[in-house]
Amino acid sequence: MRPATEAELSEAILGSKALVVQGGGTRTIGAAVGEVLQTSGLSGVELYEPGALTLVARAGTPLTEIEAVLAGERQRLAFEVPDMRGLLRREGASTLGGVVAVNASGPRRLQVGACRDALLGVRFVDGAGQIIKNGGRVMKNVTGYDLVKLMAGSHGSLGVISELAFKVQAVPEAQLTLVAERGITEGLADLRKALGSPYDISGAAWMAGRAMIRIEGMAGSVAYRATQLRGLLGDWQEAAGDWSAVRDVTPFAARDGAVWRLAVKPTEAAGIIAALGLEAICDWGGGLIWLLDPAGSAPVRAAVAGLGSATLLRSLPGQSTPSFQPEAAGIAALSRALRAQFDPRGVFNQGIMG
Amino acid sequence: MQMPIPNATILARKAAIYARLAAVLPADALITDPAETRAYECDALSAYRCAPLAAVLPRSTEEVAAVLRICHEEGVPVVPRGSGTSLAGGALPTADCVILGVGRMNGVLETDYDNRFIRVQSGRTNLSVTGAVESDGFFYAPDPSSQLACAIAGNIAMNSGGAHCLKYGVTTNNLLGVTMVLMTGEVVELGGPWMDAGGLDLLGVVCGSEGQLGVVTEATLRILPKPEGARPVLVGFDSNEVAGACVSDIIKAGILPVAIEFMDRPCIRATEAFAKAGYPDCEALLIIEVEGSQAEIAEQLARIKTIALTHNPVEFREAEDEDQAKRIWLGRKSAFGAMGQINDYMCLDGTIPVTSLPYVLRRIGEMSVQFGLDVGNVFHAGDGNMHPLILYDANKPGDLELCEAFGAEVLKLCVEVGGCLTGEHGVGIEKRDLMKVQFAPQDLEAQLRVKDVFDPKWLLNPAKVFPLDVTASRRAG
Repeated sequence: MRPATEAELSEAILGSKALVVQGGGTRTIGAAVGEVLQTSGLSGVELYEPGALTLVARAGTPLTEIEAVLAGERQRLAFEVPDMRGLLRREGASTLGGVVAVNASGPRRLQVGACRDALLGVRFVDGAGQIIKNGGRVMKNVTGYDLVKLMAGSHGSLGVISELAFKVQAVPEAQLTLVAERGITEGLADLRKALGSPYDISGAAWMAGRAMIRIEGMAGSVAYRATQLRGLLGDWQEAAGDWSAVRDVTPFAARDGAVWRLAVKPTEAAGIIAALGLEAICDWGGGLIWLLDPAGSAPVRAAVAGLGSATLLRSLPGQSTPSFQPEAAGIAALSRALRAQFDPRGVFNQGIMG
Repeated sequence: MQMPIPNATILARKAAIYARLAAVLPADALITDPAETRAYECDALSAYRCAPLAAVLPRSTEEVAAVLRICHEEGVPVVPRGSGTSLAGGALPTADCVILGVGRMNGVLETDYDNRFIRVQSGRTNLSVTGAVESDGFFYAPDPSSQLACAIAGNIAMNSGGAHCLKYGVTTNNLLGVTMVLMTGEVVELGGPWMDAGGLDLLGVVCGSEGQLGVVTEATLRILPKPEGARPVLVGFDSNEVAGACVSDIIKAGILPVAIEFMDRPCIRATEAFAKAGYPDCEALLIIEVEGSQAEIAEQLARIKTIALTHNPVEFREAEDEDQAKRIWLGRKSAFGAMGQINDYMCLDGTIPVTSLPYVLRRIGEMSVQFGLDVGNVFHAGDGNMHPLILYDANKPGDLELCEAFGAEVLKLCVEVGGCLTGEHGVGIEKRDLMKVQFAPQDLEAQLRVKDVFDPKWLLNPAKVFPLDVTASRRAG
């Protein structure tokens, strides 16, 4: 099914018992069962006001199209959308709706917030076929409940997103990366030191024995902050930044094994990684960990118990571990009840989130 | 403003309810004497008042849970209250409700500079969160103008913003986690000191839910290293349109000031008469603040100046020192007080696309003539969050109603140009009956279903946010 309007989308939902909602299919986690509903028919930029930093587009619009339109005005999606195709071994064109469905956010998340923080408004069709709007296209909006946040990262379990409004960002005139050869413990300690400084870091990662810091802004300011950071941290050098590799987890793409994504307190990162003895890439100053688990048997969930959460992004054939971190009973009950409210017949992406 | 008729059964069971609450609370945490409950009869929307059945002032999450459990069993509505600074009537009681004030829970539970968060009890005031970390070079970014008094609990309930959220975001962008008590007394932990843990973003929907989904007792907040310095400039223009265009050009150029504030002529004149900040007598002025080291500030201000000069400002005033910087902010910070000197006022909070500023300001001017009430505009221009202040005389019969009618027309205009009813104050009772202007029935229904999940008996702050006729069947139980 490939509806081209919200009305068609509503009809398609009402006429179905089980749907697998798919944008480009490049970032879906886990496997749902049912008929595939393609959102690619709901495509196109509806409104773009560079002077108000606002973009509204239909959910099936390819990400590349959005990025091209924004680049034409030297603007971008600030949260730095990861390309998961290599890591998850998928083909296809990522869509804006898919980005929102998984709340996909890259290295700059630690400075500007996640996808959900840049999302101003949403239109979606729920399991009863109702076309619902929430939020809007203005920067500040506290009118009614914030279902925009609820939809971001809901993995298509509450409704099919049809339209999205984003706050966008001007591309800064200068960008600079500082690097240092460091072990993980020392590297992450340096990153935390930098993040505790007033020098407005837009990327802080550790990958393959190398700690990296990114700063962006006006040319004079970037040069000033680079000098200050080198004074603060010692033997750090300016180098070409490999931020897309951090963002897309490129080093793990061609390697075999399960891949985990952990959200933790940055100070816990080195300890968790050491305890598991797995190869790791750290982003967000240690707040985000990517783990490669070749045998698919490492006790990752036990290692993060009470310290954060772990999502299994890429599993091995036959691996039965649930993709999502099991939730505390109270939270699980609320989430289940919300899904039942928005999708009373259990049509959407059954088997992915719960 | 219509409020539900108090539940006679609850009023009749008053003594029994007091007794049950007294059994789980220390004597000084339960207030039932009508002379004392009057202190809770209103918040900062003081035109509407009603003393509650009782007020409770718990000191712990456990006491909050005990109170909610009893009220849930008794079917008693609960209105949570931070510091009572809501401009929207978010903490307005009904005669059959218990006010649950979190003000006594104001401690700092954990400060973690390495991971850049602070965990506080929700009754702590906004400014004292920064107060707890500023000597170590950190701050908490959201800065509502009531920050000296307002509580984090209320900030979370209303998803509060402030002048500096242009750069740092509003409460929801700075909130990492909460401990929250559901109406049943069940305690849940949402989020935590990490980012994007996965699962449905319940924290995101709780923030801004106006105390209708649960009572937040503890909050984990993101703290940021303080910038090295900050400096404002003042730019005066002879037309609102040109000032609006200048705002748009600055934003488009990729400069990210921490604040862009706008004042129009009525507001400038009122402020000058009151605070004597030395503002130019012009049609519109902008206060633009940038942050960083001295060199970074200079670099940004030079860029802003270049842009501003293309719009032929009547004044471009830079601050040479701290004293001059203070004088630039003085008028803006005195604006509400200055308008209050002239008369009573109602402060609106609609948000519009920045590109619609000139049109909306012109229409508000026309409406001012039509309604015969003066209005001054002072607001956060960078994000389109307007604060028209409509002057009226509370002692003049019919003036409040006229002012409310004027306000409603302005908010409808905000929605019409693609904006919303409220950018940072919340809906409360004030904008409750206008929700149908912004939302279709199914949009509202989707929100009500969220409340059905968190509070199936509709006991938490039930008469707020949504038009009463829309919620009637649910509130009836």
